[in-house]
Amino acid sequence: MLEELPKLSANAGRDATLPSPGVGAVPTSTVRISRQAEAYYTASQVQLIFWRLRKHRLAMISFFVVVALYLTAIFSEFLSPYEYTARHADFLYAPPQTLHFIHDGQFSPRPFVYGYAMTRDPKTLLEMYTQDATKPYYLTWLPKVEPYKMWGVVELDRRIFGTAEEGTVFLFGTDSLGRDLLSRILYGTRISLSIGLVGVALSLFLGIMLGGISGFYGGVADVIIQRAIEILRAFPDIPLWMGIAAALPPNWPVIRVYFAISIILALLGWTEVARVVRGKILSLREQDFAMAARLAGVRERRIITHHLLPSFTSHLIVVVTLSIPAMILGETVLSFLGLGLRHPVSSWGVLLQDAQNVRTIASYPWLLIPILFVVLTVLAFNFFGDGLRDAADPYSD
Amino acid sequence: MLAYLLKRLLLMIPTLAIISIISFWVINLPPGNYVDAFIAQMAGQGQIPDFETRAQMEQMYGVNQPIYVQYFKWITRALRGDFGQSFEWRRPVVELLGDRLARTIAISLVTIVFVYTVAIPIGIFSALHKYSLWDYILTFIGFLGLSIPNFSLALIMLYLGFEYFNMSVGGLFSPEFKNAPWSIARALDFLSHLWVPIIVVGASGTAGLIRVTRANLLDELNKQYVVAARARGMPRRRLLWKYPVRVAMNPVISSAAFILPAVVSGSTITAIVLNLPTTGPIYLRALQSQDMYVAGAFILLLSSLTVIGTLISDLLLAWADPRIRFGGQK
Repeated sequence: MLEELPKLSANAGRDATLPSPGVGAVPTSTVRISRQAEAYYTASQVQLIFWRLRKHRLAMISFFVVVALYLTAIFSEFLSPYEYTARHADFLYAPPQTLHFIHDGQFSPRPFVYGYAMTRDPKTLLEMYTQDATKPYYLTWLPKVEPYKMWGVVELDRRIFGTAEEGTVFLFGTDSLGRDLLSRILYGTRISLSIGLVGVALSLFLGIMLGGISGFYGGVADVIIQRAIEILRAFPDIPLWMGIAAALPPNWPVIRVYFAISIILALLGWTEVARVVRGKILSLREQDFAMAARLAGVRERRIITHHLLPSFTSHLIVVVTLSIPAMILGETVLSFLGLGLRHPVSSWGVLLQDAQNVRTIASYPWLLIPILFVVLTVLAFNFFGDGLRDAADPYSD
Repeated sequence: MLAYLLKRLLLMIPTLAIISIISFWVINLPPGNYVDAFIAQMAGQGQIPDFETRAQMEQMYGVNQPIYVQYFKWITRALRGDFGQSFEWRRPVVELLGDRLARTIAISLVTIVFVYTVAIPIGIFSALHKYSLWDYILTFIGFLGLSIPNFSLALIMLYLGFEYFNMSVGGLFSPEFKNAPWSIARALDFLSHLWVPIIVVGASGTAGLIRVTRANLLDELNKQYVVAARARGMPRRRLLWKYPVRVAMNPVISSAAFILPAVVSGSTITAIVLNLPTTGPIYLRALQSQDMYVAGAFILLLSSLTVIGTLISDLLLAWADPRIRFGGQK
């Protein structure tokens, strides 16, 4: 879109008859420009950013990945084949079932999984799962299941996919209590992804407030806040998070622990926002429009929130996007170490807690699958944030 | 330079003071005081301490006094090298952390050296071959390194090591060398274990630094003085190393300020996953059993070391860049 623009506007210039710039000249004709060029000149900043972002293919793919992940978080009950707490006592540590399309040499467009059979390892004498190629279980769309509550409110009795009553579908295997790992990961998406948003919202609030004070008023407040930022940034974050999280009483309800964790993450996370806000306000408050507002008698808090902040919202969005993955990782690490959320709640960190020692990992490697989701999320946020940063300043070059 | 050094040293004092306050705050976060916890622990083992012991301990730790008195008692003892007793291990905290702290520092230092020696050449290469296939591959690996959290990388290494190389990746020594005296064989064994934590801890720092190096060198290469020098016939290689690379190094050196805390942070969690004999596992253990003097000493020591490390990197930067050394004397 944009690379065409110079050409377009050049054409527009040639086609139109420009008024002569003489003294007192009255414009008698209008400059006609093409629709696209007009769209460019009248586009809002958001639109310009979006156009630039669209050219960044990796960023766009990442954007869709992020959206897909959040949709998963919203509809996790419906998307998971089982309730995340449902225990299948006959299938403890069952390995993932793979999807097949060909049974007995016959192709079926409907994927199916094979049932499990138990054999004893001749060497170690341990019971092992093998697949029973005589029992194909075909997957069905929207099977009827036991009623469950969507978002704890709406009662539903269908999930997106499943299999016949007597069969099982554990695409990612099961854990020590026979719970379906795929369902637990999908449910965990909700906590793992939302804690980043809550934490970022808090750090955005702290960052804008402190950065705003620091940049607008300067003086002693500025010195103190800057020193605080410097000190907080010198701290190794994970050990400090661990130290604070360890003090959370173990008998707290899940929801309180959840918010406590996001507050802990925000306590160290606001510094980057504050740095950007301060830098931008320092340069913007000397601009004419800020002076005009001041002369018109606008109160200072209003100048910051209504005049200065909107002019660097795009930069703030970039900082925020890039700081979400750190928050998600923070929760994952804390829960992984047993200092954050705990069983029976499901978050990616809680799931990885089961995969802490070599023996478990070696015997049940599918317990590491949540790592893929963590990495995918962080990668998508990083790529998207990076593309957004390039696009955030639509008037550059 | 001396004035700059003095100024930086003076600025460090309030920083260290605040770090000590935060550490003390973490010590006091869990409900109940140290003496209660200690006595509960002893009672759990069937030893009921008499009233006198209790009074003596309360006096020593000042638990019934205002919080600032407790802080001063703690910090004055800490400055003399006494970080209190670990009630779980029944040993002074210093003894408990000593060796392990040395190993933590060693691993962190080697990791930093690794990060810089790997990242700078790759970053320069990437910038010189902008948008080439190798640049894309390296950029992608860089992003991947940035996105895989330390602990997951450690878990993956554990799995790969077990599954494909049939070795135990955890620890710093093989079982047969664990308690053996130092020898060449033991040193080799140590080195063969060391590379795993170094890669795990260094991955994200390396990735970040490659990007910093590449971006800064690209900016520099586009400047007119480079074109002018080339036009005058200066050999490409000599020009490159003499001017743009040197200028581009400044942000690279100053990025130590964020790499250092990241490495310390990463080595803590990596050590826990890989079960290294460093401070990380002890710290987690201390937090779980609320052995808070160990935890507090860990935060205090590790953060102070990070601040000192950052200071050293700042001094290096001042040494490399006279604009900083003489800053503020315009």
